Amino acid sequence: MHAPDGFLTAGTAVATGVVSVTGIGVALRRTRDALADRAIPLAGLTGAFVFAGQMFNFPIAAGTTGHLLGGALAAVLLGPWLGALVVSVVVVVQALLFADGGLTALGYNVLNMALVTAFGGWAVFRLARRFLPATRVGISTAAGIAGFASVVLSAMAFSLEWLFGASAPVPFDRVFTAMVGVHGLIGIGEGVITGLVVAAVLASRPDLVTGADGMEVQDSSRASIGRFVVGAAVVTLLVAGGVSQFAGSDPDGLETVAQEQGFATQAQDHALGSSLFADYATAGVADERVSLALAGFTGVAVTLAVASGVALAGRRRFS
Amino acid sequence: MVHHLAPHVKIVATVVFAVAVAVAPPTAPWAFVGLAVLMGVALVASRLPPAFVATRVLVVVPFVVFGLLVPFVSSGHDMAWGPVTWSSVGARTGLAIAVRSVLGVTASIVLAGTTELPRLLGGLDRLRVPPTITAIASFMLRYLEVVAAEFGRMRAAMTARGHDPRWLWQVRPLATASGALFVRSYERGERVHLAMQSRGFTGTMPRLHDDAATPGMWALAGAWAAAAVAVVVVALVVAA
Repeated sequence: MHAPDGFLTAGTAVATGVVSVTGIGVALRRTRDALADRAIPLAGLTGAFVFAGQMFNFPIAAGTTGHLLGGALAAVLLGPWLGALVVSVVVVVQALLFADGGLTALGYNVLNMALVTAFGGWAVFRLARRFLPATRVGISTAAGIAGFASVVLSAMAFSLEWLFGASAPVPFDRVFTAMVGVHGLIGIGEGVITGLVVAAVLASRPDLVTGADGMEVQDSSRASIGRFVVGAAVVTLLVAGGVSQFAGSDPDGLETVAQEQGFATQAQDHALGSSLFADYATAGVADERVSLALAGFTGVAVTLAVASGVALAGRRRFS
Repeated sequence: MVHHLAPHVKIVATVVFAVAVAVAPPTAPWAFVGLAVLMGVALVASRLPPAFVATRVLVVVPFVVFGLLVPFVSSGHDMAWGPVTWSSVGARTGLAIAVRSVLGVTASIVLAGTTELPRLLGGLDRLRVPPTITAIASFMLRYLEVVAAEFGRMRAAMTARGHDPRWLWQVRPLATASGALFVRSYERGERVHLAMQSRGFTGTMPRLHDDAATPGMWALAGAWAAAAVAVVVVALVVAA
């Protein structure tokens, strides 16, 4: 996901750069008080934690490994503003000091990997918490769902940027299916790990988890991984299918996000169903219409999720 | 020679070069040759070991592969060689993606490879990057090794007890250790902050290196960056 120089057009790089600089600027303002009295070393240390989390490989299947992106995890642990700021700094440091991602690509890399994951993940986390009990298992499950959604949203944001700023004539729907399909799978790992990490922190220092406000003190029963997976599956189904049903006539922002999340799940089925090279010769009118609809829905989904995240972050005064 | 340049001079030159690489038109392949020559000059002048550069260039391999696939997945196939068809526009743009990735990452490697990390952050300070950002980044880098080594020890301890995860559903102990690592990092941050406050920390770090830029440095780095810009401007004019 660390895109190199010139991967998208110059105009896209500038536009996303403006968005990212603005986002970081607002996050700096929002976290100024918190950072002033306590926490520059604290932010640095948690940044080192996110960085280390991205360096170490977790097993995925049959010995293959993946690593954490950490945007949703940082947002749940530190709150969306500080989380977005810390992950942004990680991405900038990776580009500047470790040559990971292009310098002129920083605009879209920060946007996709820090701002979209932190704020989009935060919106999904708050939404999921509405439907889950305020217990350790419930909050960890919500964090897991947010981790999954943040990766998919990030891939969707990248596809959208490709739509506007493609540096090569590869059609949007092909990039979309490949990106979102692959990241749907990556997101499962991200979700499981995010949920488990949050559960572990909640077990020892629940006061350090910004997203765990109002957690009920639980009996001492340990959350089993089986219960977690079942809970996550049930809630995903609920969010994907159920919520979109009764969000019909007058949906508020969050319910609409759920609707779009439902749509995103369908889009992945499509991604897994068709190959990268399928029917490229028949890119007719119908395909274009599908492509356009897909682009529209993607735009709405990413924008709504990120905007809801920012709005929620503002309303609840998390630093 | 590159090592002695002031960090902020190098950052500016690298960013200008990266911008030139990013906007060079795919219709003018010779522009990329010119940029590659300039990059080669900088590489030689930097005296970085070739193996050091080569292993770090590998991070862009996925994007090079993507660039080489572009001719076959892009629309409008107008070329054929036996049963294989591809798009000529796609071939040109795909190649440009691959070359841009390699040139851009090489420039970043020369910058990072010839500049100590604290000096690089000092250069960012001089370029008016908000001090909160550079302060967070400097603590992040200072403690990255500590946090990573701590995780390495946790992992070694788990391996010593027979934990060898190969599937995602075996990831729980690792994730739990990560949670513990977060708590430890946070608490370490609190301790570091208190220790620094007791020593008079005001929120900004004192500048340790006086990396003032001489006019000669600006001239040298400026000439190099200007050459890259000139190549691309000529290419854009010719291509238009």
